[in-house]
Amino acid sequence: MAKAKAAQIFIKGFWEENPVSRQILGICSALAVTNLMTNTLIMGVSLIFVTAMSNVTVSALRNVTPARIRMMVQVLIIACYVIVVDIVLKAYLPDISRALGPYVGLIITNCIIMGRCEGFARGNPVWPSLVDGIACGAGYAAVLLLVAFIRELLGFGSLFGVPVLPADWTRWTIMVMAPGAFFVLGAIIWLVSNLGPKPKKA
Amino acid sequence: MEGTLGAPTILFAAIFTNNILLTNFLGMCSFLAISREIKSSIGLGMAVTFVMTCTAALNYLVHYYLLVPLDLVHFRYIVFIVVIAAFVQLVEMLIERFSPLLYVVLGVFLPLITVNCAILGVVLFMIIRNYSFLQSVAYGLGGGLGWTLAIVALSGIRQRLAQAPIPQPLQGAGMTLIIAGLMALSFMGFSGMIQMQ
Repeated sequence: MAKAKAAQIFIKGFWEENPVSRQILGICSALAVTNLMTNTLIMGVSLIFVTAMSNVTVSALRNVTPARIRMMVQVLIIACYVIVVDIVLKAYLPDISRALGPYVGLIITNCIIMGRCEGFARGNPVWPSLVDGIACGAGYAAVLLLVAFIRELLGFGSLFGVPVLPADWTRWTIMVMAPGAFFVLGAIIWLVSNLGPKPKKA
Repeated sequence: MEGTLGAPTILFAAIFTNNILLTNFLGMCSFLAISREIKSSIGLGMAVTFVMTCTAALNYLVHYYLLVPLDLVHFRYIVFIVVIAAFVQLVEMLIERFSPLLYVVLGVFLPLITVNCAILGVVLFMIIRNYSFLQSVAYGLGGGLGWTLAIVALSGIRQRLAQAPIPQPLQGAGMTLIIAGLMALSFMGFSGMIQMQ
């Protein structure tokens, strides 16, 4: 596969069709885990892994999966990788695993992954699917990190747990609570749809 | 610690103080996609409430009487999602057979529910918080009702907003998220009534 093609797929997944800000997919976890940047980073990495690997698997099996039960097959493939992520997190990062709580398991129902499997991997060979999976995962992670950056900076005055603002900074408690998540993500979507090509009507 | 909360308290908490949509962000995808009309919101809300209550009970039994004794807890994600999918399929076939009227109301929403994160989320929360059977059912029911309340309220607001002069880039998801934020803010007024993690 030509390099240019890979780059094209990547840019498309990362920016032009960014899953969170353009297609408004996977919002649940985008809002829930973004109050601390460390948690968000781990979540982003987990999602890149799961999206990429399930894209690869779905693509590899695309010619032997009966069309009628393909949704079920895709969900099971995704669930397998999520279990891998869950076990790894529990073993090596128990604190973060506890903080993320049910949201690791909820990667299964994250529409981004299903969407990519159904929309891209099902009809494309393995390599482009891998690139596409990584790109969409990375696009997701990037938006989440941006949201988390704003929320942690204003809410706790820190980044990755390291205090960056002066100690007398008045914390915007609302930012780390639920409404802050909605406002920040809403504003980001506003900004992005202002910048880029107009998204199709959802 | 949740063991001390009675089932009615959990029911109330799940609707108001810990609304799964506005505090735990579960079920956002269909929340954003469906919440344009009050009528379809109510239909979806009813379907979600029903499925959520039943799958919470079913998965509770599966988890504690099947997975834990057999030491298969690691496979719970797969098992839960299969239970949910199978249940939804079954309900769809049953109501199609026995109640065509109900099928018209709920039928189109049922396939959507399998991938609704709120359903799986409720099941996972129930396991993490060590709820008893009764508490789980109460949590499922309350979660569903709370979700319905939020989505119906939102669709009401969105119907009004259809005529409002919203800046073009903000239309759709951006605006909906900001409204949801305002709703979450007002639901925070309930917090403090019941302490729940």
